[in-house]
Amino acid sequence: MAYLKLDHVDKTFTRGAATTEVLKDINLTIEKGEYVSIIGHSGCGKSTMLNIVAGLTTATTGGVLLEEREVNSPGPDRAVVFQNHSLLPWLTVYENVRLGVDKVFSRSKTRAERDAWTLHNLNLVQMAHAKDKRPSEISGGMKQRVGIARALAMEPKVLLLDEPFGALDALTRAHLQDSVMALHQKLGNTILMITHDVDEAVLLSDRIVMMTNGPSAHIGEVLEVALPRPRKRLELATNPTYVKCRQRVLEFLYERHRFVEAA
Amino acid sequence: MSMPALTNDSAPKIVSPLSAPVVSASIVSMNPRQPPRAERYVKLAREAAVRIVPPLIVLALFLLIWELLCRRSGSALPPPSRVFNDTRDLIFDPFFDNGGIDKGLFWHISASLQRVALGYSLAAIVGVALGTLVGQSVWAMRGLDPIFQVLRTIPPLAWLPLSLAAFRDGQPSAIFVIFITSIWPIIINTAVGIRNIPQDYRNVAAVVQLNPLEFFAKIMIPAAAPYIFTGLRIGIGLSWLAIVAAEMLIGGVGIGFFIWDAWNSSHISEIILALLYVGIIGFVLDRLIAVVGKVVTRGTAPN
Repeated sequence: MAYLKLDHVDKTFTRGAATTEVLKDINLTIEKGEYVSIIGHSGCGKSTMLNIVAGLTTATTGGVLLEEREVNSPGPDRAVVFQNHSLLPWLTVYENVRLGVDKVFSRSKTRAERDAWTLHNLNLVQMAHAKDKRPSEISGGMKQRVGIARALAMEPKVLLLDEPFGALDALTRAHLQDSVMALHQKLGNTILMITHDVDEAVLLSDRIVMMTNGPSAHIGEVLEVALPRPRKRLELATNPTYVKCRQRVLEFLYERHRFVEAA
Repeated sequence: MSMPALTNDSAPKIVSPLSAPVVSASIVSMNPRQPPRAERYVKLAREAAVRIVPPLIVLALFLLIWELLCRRSGSALPPPSRVFNDTRDLIFDPFFDNGGIDKGLFWHISASLQRVALGYSLAAIVGVALGTLVGQSVWAMRGLDPIFQVLRTIPPLAWLPLSLAAFRDGQPSAIFVIFITSIWPIIINTAVGIRNIPQDYRNVAAVVQLNPLEFFAKIMIPAAAPYIFTGLRIGIGLSWLAIVAAEMLIGGVGIGFFIWDAWNSSHISEIILALLYVGIIGFVLDRLIAVVGKVVTRGTAPN
């Protein structure tokens, strides 16, 4: 039984008389606890796809099923970690996480429990020490950690990561990737991640969904990454499976579906 | 604030490619010396002086020129020395109350401030509400914005006869003039602020499933606060401009009427004193809103 299912999803944008088909016939099923990455060149509609799952955009035809039920509006069961962290700058780190916690657990948890749960999630991403700081006072990597904590604290059924490491420098990115891997290991979340980084996709995912170029982008290929967990970044560099997977994705992206600049 | 002093034992030795001698990076302890109290006061005083002395010099020069120009007999306006002598009683006893409109300046000013407080508060509440509506709803904007753009160009005093006709009383008419004068910049700036809320914040609100009321209080108002306060600051300035003019026409107690009354009795010195007070209070009101805005919007700047 599929946990999350994208069923014949099409998306066209209409602007005046012109219509552009962005996504065409997307079919994807994700099992519980799976880590799936979507990779493709920029403009291939992968962010649109994530937004459809999140409910921030509606599919033109087809739909998204989560545990056999259609979802078409945003909700905390599909929490998003945004690329640019999207923390509210007038709230402290703690308040940013608490905002979601208060909404999701308004009935089921007492005030003290919500406070403890907020701190627990900040601890998970090692940000409890900065709980009273404002987003402008912490670094980009730290902001993204808080963004992850905010999403995790809503106990989502599916965690949606929209190029979560895209805006970070290489060292911070690697560090945060390790953190996300450890969290996935520990909490067993179902994760759908958008990325354009081949190494990131292979390192983190159970399956990699490769998108063809737009317009009318569709799923070109799905690659299983049969690497045992926990994975260690350094050991994988020479692992034959890792190298082969990496090769496959690179071939797909740079040979068969080379990015063509729109004329 | 102190940090552990680092020794330079572990610092790597760097061989300079140009010269033979071996240089090692020496790391000094980072213990900033606390300057003595007296020294800090001197520094503070110096900073204050830099700000205060130039305007004082300009003011002194201005008074001097004014004094020289208006000193000769037959000049239309009194020199500053005579202004001070004529208004000495008003300056040093602002609290007298001889009944009717023969009151100290404190009472006149406080009457004006009360009208402004009422009219402006109403304008702030209604303005933010309407601005939110116009900023949030495309249809509200299409319907209301052209009307606002026309109405906002009407000079404040042009509203006065109409409001006198409607309210048949000076007090509510003056408050209405304040209201109608200061509301436009508040509406327009609030609407711009709401329209400029980043999509990211809306997405966050959608994922967390804030209801409209929570969205208004937790996202819209803080996100638009810098714009709203710009509008509020323009609004307070305009309402202080309008009240003086309105009071000249409606009479009663108020700084505007005080000026008009002084003109009718040819007390030019009193007019000058009143103008000085009006200016200072307008300045204070503006600063007040600016400070409130600064406190309220701390941290709302995008990061």
